[in-house]
Amino acid sequence: MNTNGYKIRTINLSLSYGSKLALNEVSLDIKPNHVTALIGPSGCGKSTFLRALNRMNDLIDDARTSGEVLVDNINVYRDDVDVVELRKKVGMIFQKSNPFPKSLYDNVAYGPRINGIHDTKTLAEIVESSLERAALWDEVKDDLKKSGLALSGGQQQRLCIARALAVNPEVLLMDEPASALDPIATAKIEELIYELKSNYTIVIVTHNMQQAARVSDFTAFFYLGKIIEFNDTKTIFTSPKEKQTEDYVTGRFG
Amino acid sequence: MKTLRQKLFGLSVPALSALCAFVIVLMVLLIIGDIVLGGWGTLSWEFLSGVPKEGMTAGGIYPAIFGTFLLVVIMSIVGVPIGTITAIYLSEYASQRSILARVVRFAVNTLAGVPAIVFGLFGLGFFIQFVGIRMDQVLTGGVQLKWGQPNILWASLTMALLTLPVVIVSVEEAIRAVPRELREASLALGATKWETIRKVVLPNSITGILTGAILAVSRGAGEVAPILFTGAAYFLPKLPGSLSDQFMELGYHIYIMSTQSPDVEATRGIQYATTLVLLVLTFTLNFAAVFLRYRIRMKSIR
Repeated sequence: MNTNGYKIRTINLSLSYGSKLALNEVSLDIKPNHVTALIGPSGCGKSTFLRALNRMNDLIDDARTSGEVLVDNINVYRDDVDVVELRKKVGMIFQKSNPFPKSLYDNVAYGPRINGIHDTKTLAEIVESSLERAALWDEVKDDLKKSGLALSGGQQQRLCIARALAVNPEVLLMDEPASALDPIATAKIEELIYELKSNYTIVIVTHNMQQAARVSDFTAFFYLGKIIEFNDTKTIFTSPKEKQTEDYVTGRFG
Repeated sequence: MKTLRQKLFGLSVPALSALCAFVIVLMVLLIIGDIVLGGWGTLSWEFLSGVPKEGMTAGGIYPAIFGTFLLVVIMSIVGVPIGTITAIYLSEYASQRSILARVVRFAVNTLAGVPAIVFGLFGLGFFIQFVGIRMDQVLTGGVQLKWGQPNILWASLTMALLTLPVVIVSVEEAIRAVPRELREASLALGATKWETIRKVVLPNSITGILTGAILAVSRGAGEVAPILFTGAAYFLPKLPGSLSDQFMELGYHIYIMSTQSPDVEATRGIQYATTLVLLVLTFTLNFAAVFLRYRIRMKSIR
């Protein structure tokens, strides 16, 4: 599948909301089984870019996209691409944890069920393995009937990760997954990201410089809808080529 | 320094507005007080469970209670699904600027403003004389008059039309209160739009649908004009047994007792008690709807 060695490639990806240009010809290559972090000040387009990868921007009435997003070398904006299949392959974790007001079990089983899996035993296996992979199983295994909303913020976010894993995605897009969490819960999410990358391609948007430095292998710095600099994380944080990048990662602006 | 005149004027404005506000409260108290006092003596289990006797100057109102109940049930079975589906279309599928959505919205608002008697006449003209007569021609060759006359089905359908805007507005409000994050969560898991509506949006708007249904029932139970020509009967010896039967109804019962009875004075107590029953019914339903709506608002704020 990945003949060129990349899981996702964007080529001259532009996106505008009405007359406002949010992304300006962004080209980025994302390697499989690595964590790519997108950093930049608020409104720089990093979240818009992330949401373009699984076509979540389709939900916004006046969003217009041009350019290409290749996932496994197929342009996902082509007319014959099934957006439902795309989103199963490219899962998403949101900034604000958003469990359904259902039981833990039903939350995780939601994806498999819409894929037509109704066998109780299979579902139970998927629920258990997904919760395990999201490092939540040991904390909740005794009470899977509990409402997803009854969990703590960090647990809710791991539940959302488990729910995303249950449909067997290949890519996980994370939109500031730990921005609303306390340091301990954040550490757990970061640890989880580190473990998950051996099996998944992860793209994470973060406001937190240290977090990007800790969890990611590659970092792209966005500013005003463009990628200013993209390199391996170590280079971005220790010897960036661009002055703007250096100013941002050292906290001089943003 | 303010003059005395200015001071008096300054005091009179709040006093006047308080007086006006109080007049409203007074009116409500007067109406309810009069009805409770006038009807309390007649109210009894026999009254609620018995049939009218002696030219409606004695006996109970059970057939009217039953007829009202049947009317609003059939009305809800027809109106609530149609209203809910319309609300789903308006809030989920139609682009807010599309011409079709605007036309539908305009139609809903217009429908809400049409006088009830016009619905009654429409029901007579459309359901009975157009649909009913043709059904009879097809089913019996026009020999028998079965559907081409007033009955509970046509009355319920007319009432469903009248209450449709109430359902649509309530359900749409509830659907919009479902957080965007939940829809996105579902769509991001590879659910289709319809799966998202069915499994996330509708279950989370169930109180809104219920509120719409209750408000519609409360409105429907209180209207007389739409059923005047479409199915309500003066007096019936037995309860309606099929959709093509006529029925008695509380509001209509009050109307005929106070205007058509040979001895209006003798029916006064029954009139009062019937009105009391109708008021209690609609008030209870309204309070239930207000309570449910309050809970939806709280949920959407949270």
